[in-house]
Amino acid sequence: MSNATMNNDTVHRVSFLDKASLHIPILRILQADGTTYEQAILPNIDQALAEKIHDTCVFTRVLDERMLGAQRQGRISFYMTCTGEEASIIGSTAALDDGDVILAQYREHASLRYRGFTTEQFMNQMFSNEKDFGKGRQMPIHYGSKELNYQTISSPLATQIPQATGVAYGLKLQGKRNVAICYFGEGAASEGDFHAGLNMAAVLKSPTIFFCRNNGYAISTPTEEQYAGNGIASRGVGYGMHTIRVDGNDMLAVLAATQQARAYALEHNAPVLIEAMSYRLGAHSSSDDPSGYRSKEEEEKWQQHDPVKRFKLWMINKGWMDEATDAQLHEKYREEVLSAVKVAEKLPAPHIDGIIEDVFDKPTPILKKQLKELKEHINKYPNAYPKSAGRL
Amino acid sequence: MAQMNMLHAINEALSIEMEKNQRMVVFGEDVGHFGGVFRATSGLQEKFGRDRCFNTPLTEQGIAGFANGLASNGMTAVAEIQFADYIFPAFDQIVNESAKFRYRSGNLFDVGGLTYRTPYGGGIAGGHYHSQSPEAYFTQTPGVKVVVPRNPEQAKGLLLAAIRDPNPVIFFEPKRLYRASVGEVPEGDYEIELGKAEVVKQGTDITVLAWGAQMEIVEKACKTAEADGISCEIIDLRSLAPWDVDTVAASVKKTGRLLINHEAPLTGGFAGEIAATIQQECFLYLESPINRVCGLDTPYPLIHEKEYMPDEHKTYEAIKATVTF
Repeated sequence: MSNATMNNDTVHRVSFLDKASLHIPILRILQADGTTYEQAILPNIDQALAEKIHDTCVFTRVLDERMLGAQRQGRISFYMTCTGEEASIIGSTAALDDGDVILAQYREHASLRYRGFTTEQFMNQMFSNEKDFGKGRQMPIHYGSKELNYQTISSPLATQIPQATGVAYGLKLQGKRNVAICYFGEGAASEGDFHAGLNMAAVLKSPTIFFCRNNGYAISTPTEEQYAGNGIASRGVGYGMHTIRVDGNDMLAVLAATQQARAYALEHNAPVLIEAMSYRLGAHSSSDDPSGYRSKEEEEKWQQHDPVKRFKLWMINKGWMDEATDAQLHEKYREEVLSAVKVAEKLPAPHIDGIIEDVFDKPTPILKKQLKELKEHINKYPNAYPKSAGRL
Repeated sequence: MAQMNMLHAINEALSIEMEKNQRMVVFGEDVGHFGGVFRATSGLQEKFGRDRCFNTPLTEQGIAGFANGLASNGMTAVAEIQFADYIFPAFDQIVNESAKFRYRSGNLFDVGGLTYRTPYGGGIAGGHYHSQSPEAYFTQTPGVKVVVPRNPEQAKGLLLAAIRDPNPVIFFEPKRLYRASVGEVPEGDYEIELGKAEVVKQGTDITVLAWGAQMEIVEKACKTAEADGISCEIIDLRSLAPWDVDTVAASVKKTGRLLINHEAPLTGGFAGEIAATIQQECFLYLESPINRVCGLDTPYPLIHEKEYMPDEHKTYEAIKATVTF
């Protein structure tokens, strides 16, 4: 057949397919008590990697707890946690090479930490101070790092999905042995950009890992009101790409799936879709209150599936971790975060001259004129513009 | 009359029309049981059922296309786009479909029963993507009406008129004022005619024109100018497409001066269109160049939000400069 379908089976009676026609298993390696399933094949992981993953988990938990607190105190304007989804985020990033490009949605700061973003760098962004790489222009948590191959966050959902396809295609043409990984939620997968990005990746053979964090909610909207099909994974098959569903709270399952997805993407110049089933334990953001749309009982049920605890128990079973060391690590990061907050919040805002930079590669004449007039105006009303008055 | 904030007034308008018009549906991201991220649709699902007030999947393109389909076949569709910054995936459906449905079919089909509601504007520490004022992209699109209310009373009357207008309307809601703007709102059903500006204060020296959240900014600036002995006439444009040239021109013929204020960037902003038309209509009456106080020609910056905004101080200075030209 010329219209590129898979087989030529013909039937002579009407027979519809439905969502049950496609059987999608879920990969689980690690049990709740920290032991592994008997038949499970473990990912490549040694003690050093396990310690790095655990360290990132602890840092992320502490950062989320402290910065949500800082937001409540009015020290920063906004915050988002990734609590409950650490295994999805860190387990997948840990499977990558540092040269692989990360295009995140916004809830993946743990990836950035895994790559080496410092506590000070996190704070500079959140406090919009003069050391922020993004020059104070975006809301807190919109991180980016050229050095760490982590593209700067953009709030609009799903725009990063077709972009990842383009990034990975470029990596292929440049002859690099690297992939792009794209994170998004099951809500963002409803956007048109999701379809565009996955279809193009499959057709153009772009080595992209599409990593869907299916965390149960898009702000208040539960998955039952987001899609009627068999999750997001069923779509990957439809686009003709290798697809896997994993327990997103199982660090080893996520790591194993992503390690193999990466190898496959590079070997075949092809995309892979991973759907990680998890739960957003926190609110959507500091502006959200989940009590308006879900029950405490539901949240408590998911607390039992804590991915960080499950992984820690595995490490303890291996003799690579103990409770005292874990507690010390928490304490270390609590102090580190707190002292970084104190430093970052005292640093001045970026200079007002930066307001017209980066609109284009060079400020245009009209932008220069607007800045000149703005500075004259600020001089007249210094009290109205405390961030820039007195340092023009 | 009852005291209420703008969200409450919008909610009332939606509820009144859903009661009267069984074919009206309200939908968008999180608008169902949760009542929307700003709670503008609170209680509507409980009152009118899940078939008439519901969550959609997260797709603005889909929401707008779905709304076009509903409206093209005799339904009244009120679609919420959660933030105006996120309206762009729906741009094709709005610009090429909503706006041209009637014209391209020779009036066989239309989507007059369609209203897009969307919160716009800055001043809430929202950075690039929760602060934009994209009205001018749509005022250049013949076939869609563009409306922006300034307070609760206006929001209720204009929204009821927008929903009932036989043309697609984009209703931009100033989110900074959602809870901050509280005022007397008439009870029951009333409409405020689309396409009509309102002279909210009479004056003789300069006409100061704005809409939406910038109205309170220009009112403050004018108050300061009045103390200097400058008499300001303040106009709320309310409808940007179509806009009320006659009311603005009549005012400028009286005052001889015009200052336009909007939050969106200067270049390509709607003030440019107003200035061009008014200099054509009022050329021999003008005593100074038409002035514009607008956002800078940059994306909306978080940390320098105050510096970016066309605030009361910039507006006051521009009033003085225009009057003493």
